[in-house]
Amino acid sequence: MTLTDLATRLELKVFTAGIPLDRPVLGGYASDLLSDVIGHARKDDLWVTMQVHPNIVAVAVLKELAGIVLVNGREPAPETFAQAEREKVPVLGTRLGTFELVGRLYAMGVKGG
Amino acid sequence: MPTAESVYRQEFPVKGGDFAKAGAVACRIKELLKDLGLDTAIVRRAAIAAYEAEMNVIMYAREGRMDLAVSAQEVHITVDDQGPGIADVELAMTEGFSTATPEMRELGFGAGMGLPNIKRNSDVFYIDSRTGHGTRLKIIIRTNGHGTT
Repeated sequence: MTLTDLATRLELKVFTAGIPLDRPVLGGYASDLLSDVIGHARKDDLWVTMQVHPNIVAVAVLKELAGIVLVNGREPAPETFAQAEREKVPVLGTRLGTFELVGRLYAMGVKGG
Repeated sequence: MPTAESVYRQEFPVKGGDFAKAGAVACRIKELLKDLGLDTAIVRRAAIAAYEAEMNVIMYAREGRMDLAVSAQEVHITVDDQGPGIADVELAMTEGFSTATPEMRELGFGAGMGLPNIKRNSDVFYIDSRTGHGTRLKIIIRTNGHGTT
């Protein structure tokens, strides 16, 4: 499953238009606590969060996550957007809340560790 | 600390309160270790430990310094800060314990997992802290190491 597949099927908004979405997604992690993600997410996971500040990009880079999905219609802060483009971290968004989005991802085969 | 046999050494300043640049040093360290050709699992462990240490300086200290030293056998990351110090190190090592402010927690910091995450990703981890003066962390990751402490 790639980010493109997920973005199309779940009608996700793509904030980082210049970054390719052909990256495979091997699993998922949902949390709004950065150290929790640092501690428990795995490489190539899709990260579901409501945090929108630039630090989410550093976490995604360090953990080599497949991408970030912002929930509840939240949009990345301008610095977050700039940093994501620079570091090539795909940032997507949805109007769905975390529970609903994760449920749909799980049904599509994106599982946690 | 590797000295004469170090193949690479670099210092990074960290400014307390500079949340906009949070994670920048850890990302630099990650790139450097990758460029040095270290195993990706080692690079990831070092980057995570560095990130948590950097965040602690940004959240709690006025300023700090991170010193990276890489030898053929080990990655050393030493972090010194001028900050309040940690009153009870054992308590601070407890998963879930945090002294983060409500503002920090709102941004997703203060999970109380920083120091435990560092320990989990290090082969050797020391904390030396004096209340009112500052904290020194010493993180060692063996380049052929697999385990945790």
